[in-house]
Amino acid sequence: MGAPAVEVEGLVVRYGATTAVDGVSFDVQAGDVVALLGPNGAGKTSTVETLEGYREPAGGRVRVLGLDPLAQAAALLPRIGVMLQSGGVYPGIRPPEALRLFAGYYADPADPEALLDRVGLRDVSGSTWRQLSGGEQQRLSLALALVGKPEVAFLDEPTSGIDPGGRQVVRRLIAELADQGVAVLLTTHELEEAERLADRVVIIDRGKVVAAGTPAELMTSGGGEQVRFGAPPRLDTGALAVALGHPVSEVSPGEYVVVGPGTPATVAALTAWLAEHDLPLADLRAGRHTLKDVFLRLTAPEGDDPAVPARPRKRSRQ
Amino acid sequence: MTAVQRAAPWHRAVLAQTRVELALTLRRGESVLLTLGIPVLLLVFFSVVDVLPLPEGEADAVDFLAPGILALAIMSTAMVSLGIATGFERQYGVLKRLGTTPLGRPALLAAKTLAVLVVELLQVVVLSAVAAVLGWGPEGSLLLALLAALLATVAFAGIGLLMAGTLRGEVTLAAANGLYLVLLLLGGMVFPLDRLPGPLRSVAELLPAAALSTALDGALSAAASVPGTTWAVLAVWAVGAPALAAATFRWE
Repeated sequence: MGAPAVEVEGLVVRYGATTAVDGVSFDVQAGDVVALLGPNGAGKTSTVETLEGYREPAGGRVRVLGLDPLAQAAALLPRIGVMLQSGGVYPGIRPPEALRLFAGYYADPADPEALLDRVGLRDVSGSTWRQLSGGEQQRLSLALALVGKPEVAFLDEPTSGIDPGGRQVVRRLIAELADQGVAVLLTTHELEEAERLADRVVIIDRGKVVAAGTPAELMTSGGGEQVRFGAPPRLDTGALAVALGHPVSEVSPGEYVVVGPGTPATVAALTAWLAEHDLPLADLRAGRHTLKDVFLRLTAPEGDDPAVPARPRKRSRQ
Repeated sequence: MTAVQRAAPWHRAVLAQTRVELALTLRRGESVLLTLGIPVLLLVFFSVVDVLPLPEGEADAVDFLAPGILALAIMSTAMVSLGIATGFERQYGVLKRLGTTPLGRPALLAAKTLAVLVVELLQVVVLSAVAAVLGWGPEGSLLLALLAALLATVAFAGIGLLMAGTLRGEVTLAAANGLYLVLLLLGGMVFPLDRLPGPLRSVAELLPAAALSTALDGALSAAASVPGTTWAVLAVWAVGAPALAAATFRWE
């Protein structure tokens, strides 16, 4: 394996006094799909746009195909494909025209007609961009990113606002790109997308990398096991924690996690406590974290670490 | 494969871009109305219906109107149509997206310039034909007229892009149309400059619209002469407006 297609080392991006990206590092290898996962405003787009040459890093170093995206833009741009988070296409242009136009920018482009079929836009060939649905616009944007046969593809929220059918098309195209050896860096705020699309996930929150690894690694990296269950919202988790001898938290309304071994003893104690309080139980699951737990735990607001409370909180059932 | 080989040859990218710029311009009904419909209508109406004052010594309305309407047509395309289209392209992120293609800003500018020139050529052909039917017989120097038209195109494009690069799309739309109306009234295009009150006329003569209509009128008259001050006004606008646009243009 040679040098990574994308290298990010200690990247800092600032807008005036605001620091959007604060020391982010990761790599993307050729043939790999890496997802930058994080809540809105985490710094994902700022990171990707620095790699595309839109922003100047305030600190750190970025290289794409060994090149500086700003200083060596002319050499780099013919080799990358970009899908912006929103649009960026002439409102009055038709899909085949847009594909032919972009093909005109490259010496050896992909066949626009074939691409039109691959993203399933043949039927709307006569519609202008502004007449396309959100999902159709996303697919055309993706196709435009691929016309130049890129070695690196930057896809900002490629599946957001897209219908299930379009989502399948986008997922398949991304998998094909990786198979062809293209390095794919995508951003998403949806866990399921990251888990499904990416070989590796880099979780970003408030400008910092909070975790990185394969989806499987991230799910086990939380350490320890857990019992997860559903019950009415706003249980007295403090009292329950005392009863179980393990910390309990409500990760989202009506969804609880007991941080402790998923043994029959823990489960028995839990069900007994619920029975005692005459509460229904749903979705009982003992075992490893899901990526969702990891995500929620890692990107939780400061001072509110839901999955591993340091102390039982005093909350009574209302 | 090197980067140079991976990007298309410059002329091919410019050609592809020009074709699309032209197609999109001609597809916008409001743009065609502005650049062809309104000038043709004004030319025909005021040539046929005798309601407008003519400049001192001019006998035939079409002889005064034809150069003025040609000037109006150039202003509509280079300033209004280009400005509005570019303003919305900026607002919709089209310019930002093009920034990560190998096209490059010089090629984009070249394509937009070519598209404007092609539309202007189309306007000149149509308007000259209509004017000829109405009895216009241009004399003088085609070369001088061409030079004035080119200088004015650069000046108006600079003004249009100055708005497009700094204002929101809707604001550019309103501002460009408002400016169009003001320059139409003060441009010696439909009403002769010498019918304006003195102070207003002095201001008007410093504007690129009046300079262009004066230059075209002078160049296409028997004497084929354009005042030096008119050239100076055109030249200052042709240098100043694009320079200001380039200095202030925000791509996103």
